[in-house]
Amino acid sequence: MAKAEFEIPELKEYPEIPPIQPGAMAHSKPYVAKADFQEPLGYPGELVDDWQDKAIEAMGDLLGKYRSLQVFLDACVKCGSCTDKCHYYLGTADPKNMPVARQDLLRKVYRRYFTFAGKYFPKLVGATDLTEEVLEDWYNYFHQCSQCRRCSVFCPYGIDTAEISMAAREIMDRIGLGQKYCNEIVGKVFRIGNNLGLPGPALEDTLEGLEEDVFDDTGVEVKYPLDKKGADILLVTPSADFFAEPHVDGLIGYGKVFHEAGVNWTLSSKASEAANFGMFIGSYENMRKISLRIREAALELGVKRIVFGECGHAWRVAYSFLNTLAGPWDFLDQNYPIPQHICEFTYDLIQKDKDKPEEEKVLKFDKSQNDDMVVTFHDSCNVARASRMGDFPGGQFVIPREIIKTVCNNFVDMDPDTVYEKTFCCGGGGGLLTDELMELRVKGAKPRMEALRNVIEEDGVTHMAMICAICKAQFTKVLPYYGRGMDMIVSLHQLVSNAIVLTGQQTEDEEEEENEAAAE
Amino acid sequence: MSFLTVAFAALFYAATILLVVGLARRIYLYWKTPAPLKIPTTPAPITTGGVVLRMFREVVFFESLFKGSKWTWLFGWVFHMALFAVLFRHLRYFQEPVWGLVEWVGPLFKYLAFAMVIGLLGLLARRYLVDRVRYISAPSDYLMLLLLLGIGISGALTTFVAHTDVVAVKSFFRHLMTFNFGTMPNLPSDPLMVIHLGLVALLMIIFPISKLLHAPGVFFSPTRNQVDNPREKRHIADWARKLEQ
Ligand code: HEM
Ligand code: SF4
Ligand code: SF4
Repeated sequence: MAKAEFEIPELKEYPEIPPIQPGAMAHSKPYVAKADFQEPLGYPGELVDDWQDKAIEAMGDLLGKYRSLQVFLDACVKCGSCTDKCHYYLGTADPKNMPVARQDLLRKVYRRYFTFAGKYFPKLVGATDLTEEVLEDWYNYFHQCSQCRRCSVFCPYGIDTAEISMAAREIMDRIGLGQKYCNEIVGKVFRIGNNLGLPGPALEDTLEGLEEDVFDDTGVEVKYPLDKKGADILLVTPSADFFAEPHVDGLIGYGKVFHEAGVNWTLSSKASEAANFGMFIGSYENMRKISLRIREAALELGVKRIVFGECGHAWRVAYSFLNTLAGPWDFLDQNYPIPQHICEFTYDLIQKDKDKPEEEKVLKFDKSQNDDMVVTFHDSCNVARASRMGDFPGGQFVIPREIIKTVCNNFVDMDPDTVYEKTFCCGGGGGLLTDELMELRVKGAKPRMEALRNVIEEDGVTHMAMICAICKAQFTKVLPYYGRGMDMIVSLHQLVSNAIVLTGQQTEDEEEEENEAAAE
Repeated sequence: MSFLTVAFAALFYAATILLVVGLARRIYLYWKTPAPLKIPTTPAPITTGGVVLRMFREVVFFESLFKGSKWTWLFGWVFHMALFAVLFRHLRYFQEPVWGLVEWVGPLFKYLAFAMVIGLLGLLARRYLVDRVRYISAPSDYLMLLLLLGIGISGALTTFVAHTDVVAVKSFFRHLMTFNFGTMPNLPSDPLMVIHLGLVALLMIIFPISKLLHAPGVFFSPTRNQVDNPREKRHIADWARKLEQ
């Protein structure tokens, strides 16, 4: 088990709602961004002198731009329905991690400066001045929200704490109090093209390496092209797919699917990143700037379609916002969804194959290749509650599961209260995937770990598949704290990759026969 | 005219103006504030008809609250439905002639005052007893429940225990509504009626400056009222379009 300076939550068979422990996570905060990371994004380098005024001004500006913020700050009736829905509250018991209490950190200042009741009767309605302590609470607790939107499912007015956290982070950025992890990454995307700062030549090397691996493995030349002009499909995928485990096994899978489908596709060194941390910091401008790289890449390469790899928040930005931020996409082929998710792409082929005889199928699978696993599926928040796949509501739940069932014989779902729209965050989303927040990340993973433990014990689950780069990175890091191996985590297209039988690929039996023949 | 009558006439005019103007301004604010991004909580309807249905389930059945907390849903839903029924029954005090339907439900809906009070007591108990809900409650959250309880209980008492001169009360409001002050009767001065009407006026006044804004707010919530069609239809706010130039 990994070492920790904090207590690892004890997993229970039946989830419990902990009694409140005020201040339990008051010490948790991410590193503050230095000037180098602030300025490229258009923010002041350090906390400005008149930060109170500037913060109120920024709040006023956002209130005029976002109906969500205005309505959500007014409408909450403190009914309490959301109070036990946040994984960070369930894992830490800090009452300021209850969604409504998190909102109230902003709401009490909103009331003080923008409402009649708060101006004249602050005590009555719980309004307060924007003091240094309040700012500290903002910084600490708005960085204990992974913007997973679980709270919004259960709120009678759909109040989405993610919207409030985003607004709060934007306000803090504008007064010079940014978060290092997110802002540094946004800067890297602008400078180099991806979150990890991988330059073009490094990407090319990596992709060549992948081609060799796949060839050694299958005897088939599957290509992983970069910056190929005139390709039909541009694949935009999170940069972790280029080297991290188990992400890269997913990328190998996408390539195999494209190969079998016979499509002409490419990656781009300019848009070598699907992630868009502009969303996490609530900055429309930065989110837009990051999205425009994809537009530029698509135009330069002359592609007709855009497909996104496995990434949760990236899919939210792609599915829900890309048309707004970087559209209109009139130069792409309108016969396909713009953009399309890799799961939609694979699922589409599987659907079309359904009624064909085995030898005519585009994608041929040998399901037994995954027989060493009993798989469950973790719905990623941003896919589940902030986007869709396919042409019907809820396609984002059905399509990944159908793919898994097509390539894998053993599939089990977790407790219904922890999947689909009620899914629990991995604990590392929303720009919190940084080491200094490890305590929060481990504790925030508790509800998912509980549900996972139950299916491990009851159904013998061995692996958890997912379609989000952040989820994959978070779980591989956090599982050891709970005494489990990080190799439990698999990419969905890794399962596809395991089972797919490439045209011309030799099966293991054939290989053995050949080896025997050669030995004779 | 008695002092009480004049005072309450003035109070109700003022309260009505504050309520109507306050609400109208707030609704206008919500209306004109853009929603720059598509943020429905998914799975969400993919047609406008579907959104209307979702909103209907939210407003009439409190669907999301039901998913979230069964006890709050039970007390909250009973309170609201009883409140609306009681309000509907109150139309008889303002109409001349009274609609048939209002007349018909009168004797039935009379008893819903109890349901309303029970719902409110349940909400109050939850607010105080559940540590999480107590933590998020400001004094105004308790006072709002007490105010509604005050209205409900004083109203029920005038209906069931200490009857007041309903004919005179109705006549008072009819005269207010028709701006006919010449023949205005005096308002009955029994304390229960005075308390009931005073609290109602107070409720009207604070409505547009309190959390009661959840009533118009729910209709403007982007996570509930947006159609899930961002890929099919480009959605863009005016201020965001300016960035493109
Ligand atoms: C479209 C109309 C309305 C809808 C959909 C609606 C819905 C809701 C819901 C779902 C709740 C949360 C559950 C609860 O605590 O009861 C709530 C709370 C509340 N509503 Fe409404 N409501 C509406 C109109 C009104 C009106 C007209 C009033 C009062 C005059 C009112 C007074 C309250 C109060 C006081 C609470 C807070 C209860 C508490 O403290 O626990 N509502 N409403
Ligand atoms: S969005 Fe998710 S992390 Fe943030 S308060 Fe809501 S439930 Fe918690
Ligand atoms: S569920 Fe919604 S209305 Fe109820 S306390 Fe939470 S944010 Fe407020």
